[in-house]
Amino acid sequence: MKQFQYVQPATRQAVLEAINKPGTKIIAGGTNLVDLMKRGVTAPDKLVDINHLPLKNITVTPLGLYIGALALNSVVSENKQVIEKQPLLAMALKSGASPQLRNMATVGGNMMQRTRCGYFYDTAMPCNKRVPGSGCGAYEGVNRMHAIFGASSQCIAVHPSDMCVALAALDAVVIIAGKKGEHRVPFTEFHRLPGDHPEADNNLAPGELITGVEIPDNNLAKNSYYLKVRDRQSYAFALISVAAALDIKNGIIQNARLAMGGVAHKPWRLFDAEKALVGKKASEENFQQIAQLAMQGAKAYGYNSFKLKLAPASITEALKHAAGLV
Amino acid sequence: MESKESAIIPAIEPYVEDSSRRNFLKQSSLLTAVALTPEIAVKAAGLHLHEEIAAVFEKMPLKMEVNGKSRMLSVEPRATLLDILREQLELTGTKKGCDHGQCGACTVHVDGRRVNSCLTLGVMMNGKKITTIEGLAHGDQLHPMQEAFIKHDGFQCGYCTPGQIMSAVACIREGHAGSEHEIREYMSGNICRCGAYPNIVNAIQEVKNGGQEV
Repeated sequence: MKQFQYVQPATRQAVLEAINKPGTKIIAGGTNLVDLMKRGVTAPDKLVDINHLPLKNITVTPLGLYIGALALNSVVSENKQVIEKQPLLAMALKSGASPQLRNMATVGGNMMQRTRCGYFYDTAMPCNKRVPGSGCGAYEGVNRMHAIFGASSQCIAVHPSDMCVALAALDAVVIIAGKKGEHRVPFTEFHRLPGDHPEADNNLAPGELITGVEIPDNNLAKNSYYLKVRDRQSYAFALISVAAALDIKNGIIQNARLAMGGVAHKPWRLFDAEKALVGKKASEENFQQIAQLAMQGAKAYGYNSFKLKLAPASITEALKHAAGLV
Repeated sequence: MESKESAIIPAIEPYVEDSSRRNFLKQSSLLTAVALTPEIAVKAAGLHLHEEIAAVFEKMPLKMEVNGKSRMLSVEPRATLLDILREQLELTGTKKGCDHGQCGACTVHVDGRRVNSCLTLGVMMNGKKITTIEGLAHGDQLHPMQEAFIKHDGFQCGYCTPGQIMSAVACIREGHAGSEHEIREYMSGNICRCGAYPNIVNAIQEVKNGGQEV
């Protein structure tokens, strides 16, 4: 690992000043960053440790539930308020990584995870995300884990988080601090598609700090489910994941939230499918139709062709679980 | 070299091989907290001492409690907790498997939570309490989980075992050992290439059902 300077500024203001320089990275849990530094994928000159900032709280707000950026993934997933109000989030968190990693990883850090694309990790390979302009090894390479939605010729990597899929589905809002104070960004607009700039995973500007997320209250807690399909039963990244949440009255869907993981450069919210679910009976047949609708625009790249079948099957399955049909 | 924030240079014992280096290091110790001037850097380059200089100037103090003992150390920011435990404190019970957070062999407890020490930077452990596999037994009295692993043959080659045991103890303390399924899920961060999983699950279930304090 390349040497770097380590600092622990005392206040949020001092952190904001420290991170506003090129070559500087924030460290929280470090589960992804330290790994990337060991592999030489990233080599910051300076690490700014923010763990002492008071951003660990999970509190009930007039809007819903606030979760501080430094709350540990394990703590959030076991929190009573989270389990009661947003069980989908708890489920998604528990399906991610391992107990050890969840004890280290923070909510903000989870959002800032880089892709697990093998070509991004292997510094001997071309990767437009790691070295802009060097090419995409995955496009015609071994792309079994890769995107089927929203990719570009520059990058077909996927975002690896489970937590983010749930937060995207639940209309969460990201709270960001910068020089000019705090502002809020819808979770679905935090991450971005690769386009011509796959080096940018999200819309966080240089010098900005995620301070927390807020999830508005909803009527979806009773009928929600996070389905994760992977190569082994636990401790593996998703091939496909689906966050499904429904508000059902007398068998009829009043409101729906649906998002997928493992399919795009960002958590893939299925707005059209959600709209189509409203007013429908919660039945397997309807879910299969909706799943087909959700697949419009999907494109595979060779090794990941199986996802074109696995994705709709997973959507159907997740909706069945959410509706209590399984 | 920008080193304003890391200007506290701890007293350390540099590794000394020859007299020229010794002289240089004596000189450099007088320069503590003074930014490295280009002139000195050039002189150092002539002595092939880039890395030693960097180490002298970039080491940081670290105070943590390891297995009940307070330890004062001087570490490079890039040193992981795993490497510090093994190389500086000679606590080699904690194993380096993949070194990338994928196998769990390096599992230790930090303030009571199990973590991967290979992905933990030592400098971030200031003021923390660390428990390693060496800290579980009371003298010659093995921890119940250690006893159970022996009784149930919870290992073959043994390399993953310290991590498995640290994780297993945490698994029970967290309340995640309620069923075989739950144990398997909450032990998934510890890989055993020999495939001792059924015996590991049996060992954990015995300790859990035995009701002993872990």
